[in-house]
Amino acid sequence: MSCFLRSDEFTFVYLILRSVMSVIYLLIAISIFVAICFFIAFVFAVKSGQYDDDYTPSVRMLFDDELIKSSQKKSEN
Amino acid sequence: MRVFNSPLLFMEKNNCFHCGLVIEDKIIFDKKEFCCNGCKTVYEIFSLNDLTCYYDFEKSPGATPQDISGKYDFLDNESIVAKLLEFQEDSTAIISLSIPHIHCSSCIWILENLQKLQKGINTSQVNFPEKKVRINYNPDVVSLKSIVHLLSSIGYEPYISLENYETGKSSIDRSLTYKLGVAFFCFGNIMLLSFPEYFEVKEYWLDNYRPFFRWLIFALSLPSFLYSASGYYVSAIKSIKSKMLNIDIPIALGIVVMFVRSTFDIVMDYGSGFFDSLTGLIFFMLLGKMFQIKTYSFLSFERDFKSYFPIAITKINADTTEESIPVYEIEKGDRLLIRNQELIPVDGILISDKAEIDYSFVTGEAVPITKKSGDKVFAGGKQIGKVIEMEVLHSVSQSYLTQLWSNDVFQKRVEQKHKTITDSISRYFTPILLLIAFAGFGYWIFFDANTAFNVFTAVLIVACPCALALTAPFTMGNMLRIFGNKHFYLKNALVIEQLAKVDTVVFDKTGTITTNAKSNISYESFPDPSKGGELNTVLTERNLTLIKSVLRGSNHPLSRMLYDFLPETKRLKLDSFEEITGKGIQAVVDGVSVQMGSYEFIVQDLFSAVQSPSPLGRVGEGTSVHVKIGDEYFGKYIFNNQYREGLSELFTKLSSQFELKVLSGDNEGERSLLESILPKGTEMVFNQKPEQKLEFIKSLQEQGKNVMMVGDGLNDAGALAQSNVGVSISENVNVFSPACDAILDAKEFKRLHYFLTLSKKSITTIKMSFTLSLLYNVVGLSFAITGNLLPLVAAIIMPLSTITIVSFVTVMSNYYSRKIK
Repeated sequence: MSCFLRSDEFTFVYLILRSVMSVIYLLIAISIFVAICFFIAFVFAVKSGQYDDDYTPSVRMLFDDELIKSSQKKSEN
Repeated sequence: MRVFNSPLLFMEKNNCFHCGLVIEDKIIFDKKEFCCNGCKTVYEIFSLNDLTCYYDFEKSPGATPQDISGKYDFLDNESIVAKLLEFQEDSTAIISLSIPHIHCSSCIWILENLQKLQKGINTSQVNFPEKKVRINYNPDVVSLKSIVHLLSSIGYEPYISLENYETGKSSIDRSLTYKLGVAFFCFGNIMLLSFPEYFEVKEYWLDNYRPFFRWLIFALSLPSFLYSASGYYVSAIKSIKSKMLNIDIPIALGIVVMFVRSTFDIVMDYGSGFFDSLTGLIFFMLLGKMFQIKTYSFLSFERDFKSYFPIAITKINADTTEESIPVYEIEKGDRLLIRNQELIPVDGILISDKAEIDYSFVTGEAVPITKKSGDKVFAGGKQIGKVIEMEVLHSVSQSYLTQLWSNDVFQKRVEQKHKTITDSISRYFTPILLLIAFAGFGYWIFFDANTAFNVFTAVLIVACPCALALTAPFTMGNMLRIFGNKHFYLKNALVIEQLAKVDTVVFDKTGTITTNAKSNISYESFPDPSKGGELNTVLTERNLTLIKSVLRGSNHPLSRMLYDFLPETKRLKLDSFEEITGKGIQAVVDGVSVQMGSYEFIVQDLFSAVQSPSPLGRVGEGTSVHVKIGDEYFGKYIFNNQYREGLSELFTKLSSQFELKVLSGDNEGERSLLESILPKGTEMVFNQKPEQKLEFIKSLQEQGKNVMMVGDGLNDAGALAQSNVGVSISENVNVFSPACDAILDAKEFKRLHYFLTLSKKSITTIKMSFTLSLLYNVVGLSFAITGNLLPLVAAIIMPLSTITIVSFVTVMSNYYSRKIK
């Protein structure tokens, strides 16, 4: 590669490539880090029992509104 | 009868706002209609506490509260409560209560708002699939007894049995979820990092940093290899030790070889290794395992007498004081007090004058048996009517019923008994695989040691029976779901294979091929017209009204059945009402005296008075209720066993493929009737005790038969456990059934043949899929044996075969479930 380039050009390309590589290191480090964060979150979720009952929460999450409605009803009366 | 009298329109108009039952006697409160005071009271409790949106989620979600006075007195005993609690510290206690009535979103909502109804309850959380509520409360403010009373008063009576005793804390095994998570994490990341290798990008900087990528991949594969796959190594070692070649051996071998070879590859810089395929394989296989586990948390397949028995019982001390004591502490010679609807936990002698004991738990027979003072009463019976006293003869573990459980069949676990279809295939698969691997190695060693080594490992890698191992879990998992949708609940996937092997089907009679729910009732007038008597005693509408009004007041099962059987009438007020235990009912309605009950009670008096022999004879063959209105004898209602719908067709269908037998604890009374209904060649054995039923199954198995036992009561428990497949028939799957491999909803009884055929077809599906996956193996092996297995090829073949296998078995099992009639 170097035979086609002048020495200053070579230095330039080399520097760019170096920076690209360190970017790759950085990116991969970040991506693995994020993945590990998610993985830890998953472990905690399992530990707290979130995966034991996968039906009730889906019903429970719809309840909050109903409670408000009930108190409104009361105020109307 | 209820069905006929309540077409949909009618029901819409006249249903109880709380429980949804058809209203017979309207109670109006707050512009809403209720069927009884109990339901009204629950509504009042809710409306007082601003909880009426209980009725918004689901229409008529409630249950009528039952009378429980005295039933939970044992909760005053601190040591009993301590055994039930999951957790206890100064001001916090946690209890998990199982509540059979939990069935809709309204239930979840009200049970999670318990703190609004009772001070001292901190939080409550419902687990819907398990039908359990976990209550965190302050024992200084509120006692467990008052919580249970509160729940009962709003129609959510918890079910507390001996089973709950000392099992408050239970640990859940979540290791498979963790393993799956780890495997997915490793698999996903490795796939991403492997892309540069797949495209073989010949760029300078990628080339340069290849080792970095490779070692990162290596590091990422470690958790998957060491942790997620660990179950396969353990199972493989176990199976080698027990000298049975199961499927986990080639899997474990494949995984280990793959890992070693890949590590070797990247150390020597030969290539990128097979880490992507390795982690993918582990992930998919764990996924298959997960899919196969379809649990019906609300059902229990492991029940024994403990789940029927109460925790505590009232003991009468020498100084006539009453005390609740745990059932295990009952001793010979104790005097016990049994209330209405309470279960007798031990064998004993009746002290009270008379008792009516319902043995339906034990025998499946719905009609109660009358016992007199001094008679022996056996554990498992339920007292109906007045409070009785009894003296204990045997402690719990020595009682007649519980001794059945000391039989060996209840000690060993079923899982180890059977060899799965996958394992029997792998018995041939593993040796053949090793043979090919060594043959390839032996051939190439003459040309090039390096290639020989490559070929050897490549064979083991590519032939790793991933697809083979996935076939059964996905087919079975899918079948379990199909069966479940059709109300046939299996304990686990192994049961399907067992079902497919069945060649002999043994049925229990009472409660299994007959139904307890509605007896076939017929009326026989007196004098019998066919014998020349006058027809003057056909019941007039007026008389029916009288009878029905009297029956309303009685809780005797026969009264309830007869009441449901008779047509709707208007109700008359009772002037007087008396229920005489073991005899019948005596009442005055509208100025007319009405007597109903046993032969001795009604008929004998009548005829002994006129000194003539009774023209009806002793009623022995069927259960009947005699009726006397005023001074006139009106004949009897006869309760016949009602055979299940479609019984005859089912037996005819089954008889072409299976050997059929009927085992009954009853006498031979119905033999001729059964013979006329069931196909020829159906063997019938009567007068069988629980242990004899077990022995009967055992002797069939000794003749080399694969026996399926279909039963219902606790008296079948031994036979169900001994049989290859024990199927328990249940009128209401939420209620209780003895330990078994499968629970069948009684309404689906006539589809038993369908379920058996479908299990056979799922084995066919598995076999077809095995052929398919072996084809893949042949393709993969041809690459491997010629020394051309590139990581990329492996990375394509493995997921491809997995996906085709999984979709093939899913499509096939769904197809069969629709096609078969």
